Amino acid sequence: MTFKSAICAATALTLVAGSAALADTITIATVNNGDMIRMQGYTDDFTAKTGHTVEWVTLEENVLRQRVTTDISTKGGAFDIMTIGMYETPIWGSNGWLVALDDLSAEYDAADILPAMAGGLSHNGTLYAAPFYGESSMIMYRTDLMEKAGLEMPEAPSWSFIAKAARAMTDRDNGINGICLRGKAGWGEGGAFITAMSNSFGARWFDEDWNAQFDRREWSDTLNFFVNMMSDSGPAGYATNGFNENLSLFQQGKCGMWIDATVAASFVTNPNDSTVADKVGFALAPDNGMGVRSNWLWAWALAIPAGTKNESAAKQFIEWATSKDYIELVAANEGWANVPPGARTSLYENANYKDVPFAKMTLDSILSADPNNSTVDPSPYVGIQFAAIPEFAGIATEVSQEFSAVYAGQQSVEAALKKAQALTNDAMEAAGYR
Amino acid sequence: MARAVSNRRRLINTLLAWSIGLLIFFPILWTVLTSFKPEGQAIADPPMFLFFDWTLENYFVVQERSNYMRYLMNSIIISGGSTLLGILIAVPAAWSMAFVPSKRTKDILMWMLSTKMLPAVGVLYPIYLLFIQLGLLDSRLGLVIVIMLINLPIIIWMLYTYFKEIPTAILEAARMDGASLRSEILYVLTPMAIPGIASTILLNIILAWNEAFWTLNLTAAKAGPLTAFIASYSSPEGLFFAKLSAASTMAIAPILILGWFSQKQLVRGLTFGAVK
Repeated sequence: MTFKSAICAATALTLVAGSAALADTITIATVNNGDMIRMQGYTDDFTAKTGHTVEWVTLEENVLRQRVTTDISTKGGAFDIMTIGMYETPIWGSNGWLVALDDLSAEYDAADILPAMAGGLSHNGTLYAAPFYGESSMIMYRTDLMEKAGLEMPEAPSWSFIAKAARAMTDRDNGINGICLRGKAGWGEGGAFITAMSNSFGARWFDEDWNAQFDRREWSDTLNFFVNMMSDSGPAGYATNGFNENLSLFQQGKCGMWIDATVAASFVTNPNDSTVADKVGFALAPDNGMGVRSNWLWAWALAIPAGTKNESAAKQFIEWATSKDYIELVAANEGWANVPPGARTSLYENANYKDVPFAKMTLDSILSADPNNSTVDPSPYVGIQFAAIPEFAGIATEVSQEFSAVYAGQQSVEAALKKAQALTNDAMEAAGYR
Repeated sequence: MARAVSNRRRLINTLLAWSIGLLIFFPILWTVLTSFKPEGQAIADPPMFLFFDWTLENYFVVQERSNYMRYLMNSIIISGGSTLLGILIAVPAAWSMAFVPSKRTKDILMWMLSTKMLPAVGVLYPIYLLFIQLGLLDSRLGLVIVIMLINLPIIIWMLYTYFKEIPTAILEAARMDGASLRSEILYVLTPMAIPGIASTILLNIILAWNEAFWTLNLTAAKAGPLTAFIASYSSPEGLFFAKLSAASTMAIAPILILGWFSQKQLVRGLTFGAVK
């Protein structure tokens, strides 16, 4: 070997070693939702572009919450990216637990993120998590059953219309329930639905001094309306029905209407899974004439825990996964109906996406949700189906258990509200809010 | 002399035993059946028992999405390692309690059992912080230690029960013949207690295999066993029951086969000392 070729070989080896040193392996904790699983399948595209490899930790939503909360609060460093929601992001951002995403590249076009999503994932105006997909809630209904009932669904119906339509569509002999709603205990299950619904009835969780408001007429109206409507037109055992149970009922043609997450629209219109795929219409979540609708706002977003050793690679991944290019990649391979919805304004300006039947109603629902003004009377908290304070998850889980006991016929509305009032005030006092 | 049993009584007993057996086995059977259904038919109402479109697609999807062999190896190492380590500690502990008891032996045994009554989540943060400090997070060694500690009271209790059945005179004879303590435990006590030790090992492997709190909370991408594999297919926002069932079947199959082949030892172990 000549001296010259030896120098060349040494230089090449140094370059290879250098590039290998720049390539990191990042660990991402995520949920087992369709869009997230799809993203895992495209990881090779990210690796090809950046050289970084990815290790996935996929967990059920509630397990994931417990897992990532333990890790971030102890600075465990087990994950470089965490999939979190709108509830955790502002709280963890204010605790200094997350890396601010305020230096994303110009090509990423952070201004394109839907304002409602960016607002819900920020603290004091700083973005702490990038939305992978976002959702609101809306009405999904059977167009054939609505027609058979001699009714026409308005684009923005009221609760009284929904109750009337539910009764008209109910056909117990043929196993059709007029309406299917969440009754399952849990702050993210039935608790989320009833809280969003209560906003449209003028109720709120707390007044401006953090006093619980379950002793007010608005909460009693909400709960009584819900229970009466579900007794008349809901499925048997609705006290234990959550998203999946209602999805299953709707897909099998056993629900006239279902009010739930906008992401469900792609499931109920998928002919491979749904027996009613070609008979589904969409409308805004109902209101009660008080200026607030009953739809929620949520995003599954990617955030970087402070102290991670792979911050740069993690940011590159977030830019890739929540970019316009990623949406194009999925659309090219799996069609526009399967791209992650509800995160970017440009998606809804795309002519191809406008053909997707639920695209417009999803956007309208997201735009009509305002986490900063979610209640008729002023409230001290941010959030629609939750209050963005650390204590909320624990309190709301207990409250939703009391409500589920009402749905199961185990106690009265009055008894449940009385218990909810007492336990909420006790918890808020213990936490130093009152 | 065996008691005479009428044919009618025998038939009733057989039917009753089969009914109870099927009732207990039904959830596993249903999981296995569901794993061969398309997602749409997995949630059909009324449920489809045998007449559905049989498919292996769920197994292919699970195999493609997850590194099953890595999870399986982790499960084998963690459950095997923790049981082995537990036995090494428990044999001398049970020996001392069974053959040289002190005034406090009963209290110590009860105290050990009482640690099983503490909800695991109550010590999650201290253990997690210790793991961070010791660099044991997401490591198989860390899980081997934690799961061994969790199951140690049960191992000691089971071995203690077996050892109590062994006549002290045999051990005394060995001592009189000049056996050291080590020889007494290794060459006299252990061979006599082999059936008991075997059933203890089997039961603890099953317990460690199925442990789903610490294995989910102390692992990330590297050390997760089959419990983490199953958890990755559970979703509250999406109907993936057939895939979840396929993942569950793949996770329980090895331990089910082990249990099937060793059921004699397991039954013997669980009922040892129950009838005198």
